[in-house]
Amino acid sequence: MTAALRATTVRVLQQLRHDHRTVALLLVVPSMLMGLLAWMLIDHPGVFDHWGAALLGVFPLIVMFLVTSVATLRERTSGTLERLLAMPISRVDFLLGYGFAFGIAAAIQAIVISVIAFGLLGLDVAGPIWAVLLVAVLVAVLGTALGLFVSAFARTEFQAVQFMPAVIIPQLLLCGLVAPRATLPRPLELVSDVLPLSYAVDAMQRLTVETGVGSHTWLDMAVIAGFIVAALALGAATLRRRTP
Amino acid sequence: MINVGVDDDLAVRVRGLRVVRGAREVLHGLDFDVRRGIVTGLLGPSGGGKSTLMRAIVGVQAMVTGTCEVLDLPAGSPPLRRRIGYVTQAPSVYADLTVAENLRYFAAVLGAPRTDVDRVLEQVDLADQRDQMVRELSGGQLSRSSLAVALLNSPELLVLDEPTVGLDPVLRRDLWSLFHRFADAGATLLVSSHVMDEAQRCDRLLLVRDGEIVADETEAELLARTGTPTVEAAFLALADRLESGGAA
Repeated sequence: MTAALRATTVRVLQQLRHDHRTVALLLVVPSMLMGLLAWMLIDHPGVFDHWGAALLGVFPLIVMFLVTSVATLRERTSGTLERLLAMPISRVDFLLGYGFAFGIAAAIQAIVISVIAFGLLGLDVAGPIWAVLLVAVLVAVLGTALGLFVSAFARTEFQAVQFMPAVIIPQLLLCGLVAPRATLPRPLELVSDVLPLSYAVDAMQRLTVETGVGSHTWLDMAVIAGFIVAALALGAATLRRRTP
Repeated sequence: MINVGVDDDLAVRVRGLRVVRGAREVLHGLDFDVRRGIVTGLLGPSGGGKSTLMRAIVGVQAMVTGTCEVLDLPAGSPPLRRRIGYVTQAPSVYADLTVAENLRYFAAVLGAPRTDVDRVLEQVDLADQRDQMVRELSGGQLSRSSLAVALLNSPELLVLDEPTVGLDPVLRRDLWSLFHRFADAGATLLVSSHVMDEAQRCDRLLLVRDGEIVADETEAELLARTGTPTVEAAFLALADRLESGGAA
């Protein structure tokens, strides 16, 4: 780990720490939504287990995507990115700094939601809870990587926020939560095969019903990791040291 | 007498520098040198190409052709990234961090000694604000916090884009004397301003207008050549000569 990468991770976490309201929202909102879901499904035994675990994999994608795309856009518009790129920091270190920092934030978020979901709301999964947390953190880092990439295509924060429905909602619709992916029309099923959230929800659903972590679940996680690397590589390509 | 032409005396050597932005050429084949160890003022109206020229020297401008050597290396060479201090026009610091957190971060990226944070805080007179959030600083404190970042790691060349704009006269005077202290210590400074009065604070002047260098001399030489009492008047005289088709 280079000094610039470590410093960037610490710096992003410091920025988050100074923003108490965002930290509170990051932790409270998903917990409340989880509580709402548990309450909605109180008369449908077993259904909350199915949805609750899947949502643990969906929250971090949405939240980290939004937080990162706005944060990176701010770096671009405030001139701090231009200043950094005139300094001896590699573009990969800059991107990974964000990835690590929001990955750590997401891990804390996932732990808090899990304590509430498993401890308070009676969520029950067959697989190990650490694997559920691992998938949640992977999805969070994926959200960060996608946010870093798409922020290059937004000039204002209004535009950056609009990328959420464009990039995330299709994944939500096609990931298997609304209708099982195998029942989708063939073209849409093929599209869902190349969307990362499909693999996250797949992994979560397997962890809900299977004891232990099967090779399929590991494969899902590996695919998500592949998407992270690809999104970071694309993000690095959008970071130009030279102003046009 | 300074021996012009010997590269050792030059921090920046520019020959035939052209920059294209979009469909427009904004710098039209510039030739000039920036000497080491002095404060050179880059003066001219907004929109004349000063910031683009500074970005070309720092190596963060795309679509540059011609020669631009900085500290004997082509502009933009990776080794230059820790030898140049650059302040953009907008104060480029993180508003949601304290002054000291900003400096510690950039110091770590530059590999500057940890003691540099305290040194630059003293130099820009922000020691009392070190634990204050940047977003709570006044306008003058904000631009000094951005300047402080450029002073980390004691760069050999400082490229400062309008560092004194909007500051009160006392602060401006203090900053210019700080710039001269750096120059006395051996650093080279290239400082832009659209306020012609600031010419009197500079050892040499580069006047830029519409992407051309219209003057490259000392203030005294410029005033004598144009027969004008102020740099403002000199600039107008040069502009008029160019409009009527003459040479600057």
